[in-house]
Amino acid sequence: MPPSRPHTCCAEHTRAEFARRTIAEAGKGLPTIEAGMPTPAGTGLSRRSFLLRAGGVALSVYGASMLKPQAFAEGIAEAATGDGRVLLSVFVGGGWDSLSLLAPVLDPTYLQLRPGLKVEPGAGPTWTEDPRLQWHPSAAPLHKLHSEGKVTVMPSIGYAGADQSHFTSRHYWEVGETNVRTNTGWLGRMLDLVGTPDNPMQGLSLDGSLAPSLATAKNPVAATWETEYDLWAPGVWGDVENLMFGAFDRIGAGAVRGGDAGMAASGNVMRQANTLRNQLGSFPDEVSSPVAYPNDRHFASSLKGFAAMLAAGLPIKVASVDAPGDYDTHDDQQADFARNVKETCDGLLAFQRDLEARGLADRVLTLVWSEFGRRPEENGSAGTDHGAGGSAFLIGNGVRGQMVGEWPGLKSLDEDENLRSTADYRGMYCSLLEGWFGVDAGAIIPGASNFARPALLG
Amino acid sequence: MPVYQGRFGTQQAERLLWRAGFGPRPGEAGKLARKGLKDAVRSLTRPRGKPRLVGPEPHDEDGLPLAPADAYGHDHLWWLDRMVRTNQPLVERMALSWHDWFATADVGHTQLNLNQNDLFRRMGLGRFDELLHGVTADPAMLVWLSGNENTRRHPNENYARELMELFTLGAGAGYTETDVREQARALTGWTNDWDDNIGAVNFRFEPKSWDAGPKTIFGHTGVFNWQDACNLCLEHPAHADYFVRKLWSYFIPKDVPKKSLGPLIARYRNGYSIRPVVESILMHPLFYEGPRMVKPPVVQIAGMLRAKKSGIWTEDFVWISADAGQLLFDPPNVSGWDEQRWLDTARIGGRWSAAARLTEQFEVIEDGYPVKETPKEAVAKAWRFWGKPTLSKRTEMELQQFANRVEGIITEEWHERSYRALRQNALRILIATSPDFTTA
Repeated sequence: MPPSRPHTCCAEHTRAEFARRTIAEAGKGLPTIEAGMPTPAGTGLSRRSFLLRAGGVALSVYGASMLKPQAFAEGIAEAATGDGRVLLSVFVGGGWDSLSLLAPVLDPTYLQLRPGLKVEPGAGPTWTEDPRLQWHPSAAPLHKLHSEGKVTVMPSIGYAGADQSHFTSRHYWEVGETNVRTNTGWLGRMLDLVGTPDNPMQGLSLDGSLAPSLATAKNPVAATWETEYDLWAPGVWGDVENLMFGAFDRIGAGAVRGGDAGMAASGNVMRQANTLRNQLGSFPDEVSSPVAYPNDRHFASSLKGFAAMLAAGLPIKVASVDAPGDYDTHDDQQADFARNVKETCDGLLAFQRDLEARGLADRVLTLVWSEFGRRPEENGSAGTDHGAGGSAFLIGNGVRGQMVGEWPGLKSLDEDENLRSTADYRGMYCSLLEGWFGVDAGAIIPGASNFARPALLG
Repeated sequence: MPVYQGRFGTQQAERLLWRAGFGPRPGEAGKLARKGLKDAVRSLTRPRGKPRLVGPEPHDEDGLPLAPADAYGHDHLWWLDRMVRTNQPLVERMALSWHDWFATADVGHTQLNLNQNDLFRRMGLGRFDELLHGVTADPAMLVWLSGNENTRRHPNENYARELMELFTLGAGAGYTETDVREQARALTGWTNDWDDNIGAVNFRFEPKSWDAGPKTIFGHTGVFNWQDACNLCLEHPAHADYFVRKLWSYFIPKDVPKKSLGPLIARYRNGYSIRPVVESILMHPLFYEGPRMVKPPVVQIAGMLRAKKSGIWTEDFVWISADAGQLLFDPPNVSGWDEQRWLDTARIGGRWSAAARLTEQFEVIEDGYPVKETPKEAVAKAWRFWGKPTLSKRTEMELQQFANRVEGIITEEWHERSYRALRQNALRILIATSPDFTTA
């Protein structure tokens, strides 16, 4: 299998965003306002807006003829009375270098394997659980959270017989088993088991396309770009727009009833899209937050918007977002790695503080993972090649805060000269499913009984 | 081989044009229907003369021609334009199927991907053995699946595995891990040079990096080379079955009926010919009598543009297609696009954006809009806007009810023109995003 292409190419995103803005501005080509006319859509006022007390987020709802604000508020209230536990999966694409995140700075083997890429002693804080290791200076926010007991570290996690293809290894992590044919995600299967057939927000991908780990077989899930989900219709606004979305939903419903499989599949997703649109509405572009985020780029904005969505009581169970940057550092690793880790960790710290300030921190966990670690021996181009054991972190008030699996050391590497895994990712999944969500891992993770359950939660 | 015996009218011709092409231009379905089934199918599978591109030349926002080998996304636009303007739609549609079958993403030197695309266009209805040999030696594929790094000293199994798993036999169908390793040895010998400005160049077979030792593949032993590797797959008992089922799946969303499998396989085995198999599929009763099929996103987008005789005038169709889940030259992985994932809330949003971006070009405004237009006239007008595509009774009824409801909220004088114009814009979007238009 070929390596997956870097999926977060900055130029592409900037370009797509630019195009989006262009089309949004084109939407301003609305008729002149005359006396007595309603304010056109696009200014947000023609949609029925209401303020949710929780978090003070202004929510606007389209298609109010179908779904009244009151019903919506009731739905939110109902979801809020449940357990409300949430897991956010943060995928670090490309395979991040565990030996830089937690570096054995004084280990002679490390100095020998990493003459050019070694992290300098004293550059970052020592990891209290294993003083041989030192945090990368860019990962200082994780050290801070760890010292508060809010991070469970898995210093070398993976699976036996590590596959060194990005695509295959990521797939294994996404589906929760080492089977290339599985096409539902481990979290998706959980939603099939304990989710509902009418709430696409229960599994939310924040990067604009469905995260494979959330892929379900039967229950709906949703994908948005940050907090935005809107269907823009040129030359349609106000009451006619509301009627149009009503018709959109009814056409979908008609197709579901009609009996043709292709039409029904299409009608179903139309209804999901409309539900999602109602749920998110014109969720304000400028989400207010009780804490400052490091920047307004996609990752930070996604986390900020996600916290606001949770505060608004939106019925989300699992969500996914990609960490910024490409960690496939085959060359010139130092600068790229430092910059990307900093952006990722700064964002995660702000998110945790946001949850704490909003009183949500007890019911949200964040899992940060990557498809593999990197080769201990640096290569000839100031980079590292694909490895095996990688780093994962579980962040939240509910974690135990003690490492799972120990640091394996550089003395005995695996047959490919890679770091051995000391924890199995499937055991971690089982532990989360059972300990956090209280569902039977045996019904979700194949061979669940074979995996030891690490003590992740406090 | 069963052949469809029912009525072959506009509706059937429309399905044929969507599944074997990119939908009708205005009036095209009616014209095709008058040919009758057999001639209609043959007009697609055996097009006469040189392919022509009909309609306005594509350009970017600044009116400049596309630069498919150089500018980001222009490779996508360049091919989308061919889909929109071709007079030989099945040729382009087969190229799309082969792009999915031998899914190759950008290899860093886009001209190589464009060359591969041309191979699919030239050979797509010919002989599969020739196509397979062509793809195996194709530079983009050699880079994509590491064929150019597969040497006698350091064999790389990447292409060998996919050759069997995805291209000819199916996962685990009659081959072993030893066959993978032995195939990889047979496939050694391809190499290329590197040019810092261009990328991979000068692809060639280098006998001295080929493993000239004997290999045992599927129980046969010989001094096999890359052509033998392909031929052994083609002659493998599991191949014809896999080929026929896979090709069928691009046209009909149901399994091949047991009774039809044998005759299709026999047709294919006669010279590994693609065209006769495609013809049989396009004339099969299940093609016309079976359920509707979700259009690949790029097919739906090209079809909207065809219906409006519109050219490519904006780069927005790059991100719109990506949102809809299908950026050309960028399949998600070597197994191609997963049609089970064509529809989710994000991707349906991409299809919606395509309809919005196109109808925006034709947006009606209140100034001068007919003040007396009835709801019925409004629906008929929007329907004609798209060339009267087939709509189910239920959808037609919902459109009518929507038009009626808008009529019901016309209560002020300024609503008279304004709401009727908004209604027309809305109806066009509703038709282009309906399940009827998303499927064929």
